[in-house]
Amino acid sequence: MAAKWRPLIDKITGEFTKSLLVSAWFMFLTFPLMVIKVRPLERTIEWRWMNLVYIGVGAFFLSFIWRYLMSRKDGGGSEEEGESWQKKAGLRIRTDKKIYLPGLAAVVAFIVIFPFIFSGYQTQIMISALMYVMLGLGLNIVVGLAGLLDLGYVAFYAVGAYCYALLNHHFGVPFWIALPLCGALAALFGILLGFPVLRLRGDYLAIVTLGFGEIIRLILENWNEFSFGPSGIAGISRPDFFGMELSLREHTIYLYFIIVMLVLFTILVVSRLRNSRIGRAWIALREDEVACQAMGIDKTKTKLTAFALGATWAGLVGCIFAAKTTFINPASFTFMESAIILSIVVLGGMGSIVGVMIGAFILILLPEYLRAFSEYRMLAFGAAMVLIMVFRPQGIISGIRQRYEFHRAGQPEGTR
Amino acid sequence: MKPTKPALDVRALKMDFGGLRALDNIDLQIYHGEIVALIGPNGAGKTTFFNCITGMYEPTGGDMIINPVEREPVRINRLKPNVVTEHGLARTFQNIRLFHKMTVLENVMVARHCRTKAGIAGAIFRDPKTRKEEKEMVDFSYGLLDKVGLGQFVNELASELPYGAQRRLEIARAMATEPFLLLLDEPAAGMNPKETNELDRLIMRLRNEENISILLIEHDMKLVMSISDRIYVLDYGKMIAQGTPSEISEDPKVIKAYLGETFDA
Repeated sequence: MAAKWRPLIDKITGEFTKSLLVSAWFMFLTFPLMVIKVRPLERTIEWRWMNLVYIGVGAFFLSFIWRYLMSRKDGGGSEEEGESWQKKAGLRIRTDKKIYLPGLAAVVAFIVIFPFIFSGYQTQIMISALMYVMLGLGLNIVVGLAGLLDLGYVAFYAVGAYCYALLNHHFGVPFWIALPLCGALAALFGILLGFPVLRLRGDYLAIVTLGFGEIIRLILENWNEFSFGPSGIAGISRPDFFGMELSLREHTIYLYFIIVMLVLFTILVVSRLRNSRIGRAWIALREDEVACQAMGIDKTKTKLTAFALGATWAGLVGCIFAAKTTFINPASFTFMESAIILSIVVLGGMGSIVGVMIGAFILILLPEYLRAFSEYRMLAFGAAMVLIMVFRPQGIISGIRQRYEFHRAGQPEGTR
Repeated sequence: MKPTKPALDVRALKMDFGGLRALDNIDLQIYHGEIVALIGPNGAGKTTFFNCITGMYEPTGGDMIINPVEREPVRINRLKPNVVTEHGLARTFQNIRLFHKMTVLENVMVARHCRTKAGIAGAIFRDPKTRKEEKEMVDFSYGLLDKVGLGQFVNELASELPYGAQRRLEIARAMATEPFLLLLDEPAAGMNPKETNELDRLIMRLRNEENISILLIEHDMKLVMSISDRIYVLDYGKMIAQGTPSEISEDPKVIKAYLGETFDA
């Protein structure tokens, strides 16, 4: 009996000593910062020994939990089990109407009543989260499906925002007319970017797209006659509602429903594209460029459609952004934005629509609701990102492919 | 009965990489309905030859002309790989190049791309025409998979298939582009004798039922000798011999290329 438990006990004592070492190391590292407090005015030194104890105990437990989780992760068998469990649950949710329909109804009800039960501030946050859902879904076409690493996605967002802002400023073009124009212009810019980078892939493509994003931002910042430079454009009209006068609160609710509709539209279009002739060509391009061409797919066309269709969504969201804030300047379109949108796609799971939505909510809502932690907010945010990437490197939800049921040869029936 | 014009007619093909001549004045003809093998020691230029025909390399000289059935001849020099495929040449790869994260069925459906038309609007609105095309695509792909014995794997990811099945999937995918000439680059590499036997039968069946010509590169001599109508032998970028399997197996130049110089005492 004792022999049976021997390896486990050995392992635990091993982990125990390792964690002890980690905790000692942390106590030593943070000693000057956390324990010693010099008061120069009173010329005294305060020794806060209790802090040392807190750090020691905290580091010990964190290290222990970390090691436990890592060993579980590395144990191949348990991970496989987890995967298949997830697959089964996913399939069940998607196919079982008893779970699927009430769930959907609850989500729809929540979305509809959300702006009426929560404050204007909450609604504003939700609007930006939904904007990032759309951006994420758009970038997901380029990065997740077509496998083209685009670090300059924010450029298309800027194109959309400035398109509406300038049209509105100079010609008084209303929101609803500008919206499709913004999408179309962004698509055009997507193609413009697509042409020079057709031969590039991977790291090289990332660098060039990064440069493209910066070029757009620098043009907006320095071409004063065109874009009013760093001072930006103010007084952009909010969306009009059949010519009615709306209060600020009503405007927020109106905008909320506009973005909800647009997100639904995006989901519909992206999910249909994903399982279409073009979507399959994108994925084939991502999987193997050489084989993809050898199978008769025109690489040029496929890449350009991916860039154009990905950019369209950024253009639409840009238009909404301009209408939401009524003021834009180039500072809103820095590389940091591209990085966040890319993180949404990678964190959520490349190629997966639900994953990207969850990723957007986590990355945009978490920093907002972590404001309670004040200065530790970004620390907690960073830790959450690292944890997700360590334990789910493929993203929160990995993309799934359409399944086909064949009852008899030549009698297919597509199911989701 | 053979038509007078070869399905693929390669004349004086040259391929230089910098100062290195990888292919030197290659002549090769494949007639409709033939199975032709291209053999040679490692590094002889076989795969380079394939890459030239399929448009992946741009040959430095010579002509490559295809004569599809009931269509005008086309010179395929300088055409892009996807255009060559549209003209009816399809290939497989020496190191399997499937779309690993797509299902088996989707792998074949991707290859239907150049024979279908649905555009962006069709994908978004799913009009009756697109739906019909999609259904035909699924049916066609499933039929092909059934034919190569992968019918039960349709929804598996390509990467989850056993090795021999991956090879067969590559062939099914190439067949989905409706070629008149199928180019197989070492289809039996890494297969066990049982799988090689199945492959042997599959290639014969494809030629007989689908009415296509096949050019294959292969190291497995048993397979080559049993299925080929004619064999070309390539060594150091030069075509050193051609003929029927029995002629080739007795050709002293071929034996020398494979076994090295023999010294007379």
